[in-house]
Amino acid sequence: MATITTDDVKHVANLARLEFSEEETQQFTHQLARILDYIGKLNELDTTDVPPTSHVLPIRNVVKEDVAEPSYDRDLVLATAPAAEEGHFEVPQVIE
Amino acid sequence: MADKKYETVIGLEIHAEFSTHSKLFCTCEVKFGSDANTQTCPICLGMPGVLPVMNKRALEFAIRAGLAMNCKIASYSKFDRKNYFYPDLPKGYQISQYDLPLACDGYVDFEFEDEIKRVRIHRVHLEEDAGKLVHADVTGDPNRSYVDFNRSCVPLLEIVSEPNLRSPAAAIAYWRAVKEILEYIDVSDCNMEEGSFRCDANISLRPVGSEEFGTRTELKNKNSFQHVLAALQYEEKRQARILDEGGTVEQVTLLYDLNTGRTSPMRSKEEAHDYRYFPEPDLAPFEVDPEEVERLRSTLPELPAERRKRFVEEYGIPAYDAGFLTTTRQMADFFDETARLSGDPKASSNWIMGDVSALLNSAGIGIQDAKVTAAHLSELIQLIKGGTISGKIAKSVIADVFETGKFPKQIVEEKGLAQISDTSAIEAVVDQVIAAHSGPAQDYRDGKKKALGFLVGQVMRATRGKANPQMVNQLLRRKLDG
Repeated sequence: MATITTDDVKHVANLARLEFSEEETQQFTHQLARILDYIGKLNELDTTDVPPTSHVLPIRNVVKEDVAEPSYDRDLVLATAPAAEEGHFEVPQVIE
Repeated sequence: MADKKYETVIGLEIHAEFSTHSKLFCTCEVKFGSDANTQTCPICLGMPGVLPVMNKRALEFAIRAGLAMNCKIASYSKFDRKNYFYPDLPKGYQISQYDLPLACDGYVDFEFEDEIKRVRIHRVHLEEDAGKLVHADVTGDPNRSYVDFNRSCVPLLEIVSEPNLRSPAAAIAYWRAVKEILEYIDVSDCNMEEGSFRCDANISLRPVGSEEFGTRTELKNKNSFQHVLAALQYEEKRQARILDEGGTVEQVTLLYDLNTGRTSPMRSKEEAHDYRYFPEPDLAPFEVDPEEVERLRSTLPELPAERRKRFVEEYGIPAYDAGFLTTTRQMADFFDETARLSGDPKASSNWIMGDVSALLNSAGIGIQDAKVTAAHLSELIQLIKGGTISGKIAKSVIADVFETGKFPKQIVEEKGLAQISDTSAIEAVVDQVIAAHSGPAQDYRDGKKKALGFLVGQVMRATRGKANPQMVNQLLRRKLDG
């Protein structure tokens, strides 16, 4: 079995801003280890002559021209926000 | 450091927003100062299901910048997601570059304390800017923050130096040199007030002679040369004090308080480095054609350091003048052309550094926005050299050119400012002045040579400054001595 500790799960949960109960933490620790084991099967393949890839499609250099077009209407944009004020998205206070 | 017990080690991460027409991955306009959230769309707002497409010009700008900083341009490059949560980052990740940046291994030469210093450039990469957080001042509610996404997804260049800088002042000189380069190659307006040119600085101390780096602290997102200089100087002293007392410097991000001139820890970096980068699946990788790189290299203008050198060698002007004249590309172009047209580089430099700069400063504009062109200034210089006007009259003419955009010759004609070099005309005035001021004239004859100055002044006054001062001098002497 791959080694995943409850601390790993707590760390990742914290990064993802998720909160788990102790029971859930145990459960995910076990499940994540199994998932990693399954993915680990790929290590059995001989990839000596396979070049590394970072993209699944054989395409390159997809670009657009640098042309500006009208943006969305602000009222429409802000209509999707949980809270808006004076043309801004409103969020809980961020302390810097 | 005064005692030279420690060596200061500084590295900078410089961020410059590109002045492209549109954003990095969408067609929203890149423009500063619009109403909040009027330049947004589902892509730069990070809505689910949208597809970013790379701005071709931004990619070219990044390669140009890499070349201008003597970097190797990657033949294969890709983009990655840098994951973190912050309200100004709508997707929960920033599209940036991790292990395959567009450019790396370069250097920037800059002048510091009359020497040419070299900073190694570790890497140059392209990423998207985040939105802008506005605190309390929108509604006055201190418990809320507000976000403007106009800046979200604006192309941002990151330039990471090696920790080659050995003093706060040297760090600032390097930072200025990068600003000049980016302005010269026309990829960014580097407007610091508008936040389009900023930097993170990290600083550590180590005992002199030590190879190992000390623990560094970091200053984030600063857009003022003065603030960074003051903060680094404070931090240099603070770390030295800690080390002197046998303590250890803690790795933290620092906040610099303008009012107290002190730094204080901002937030713990414990988790901050866990960005879980992974390849951006929405953007296909890039293969950079070496021929395209060479084409871009050939379009690079002469850079500030080369230009300074050429100005000194070709025009024979002092290094100080060359430094002043190359601060911006527009100013350097203006000088270059004026020097060529007028055939008098030193006079061109004097006029630009003196009256022209004073006029620009008082109007608060750059040379590119002024009515005076190289053709205007060189004509003025010719008029002085040809004896048509005096240097003094020329000062009023240049102010007039600045105001109206008219050519000096036309102004001189319209206002009748041409210098009187006609002997008989000046002689008549000289005779009048001697007759009207017999006292001073006699003083001069009695050996009080200073009285001549007064008489010259009177002649100049009577001719409204238009008489050729040398001729006035000669004629007065001849009449009084003779």
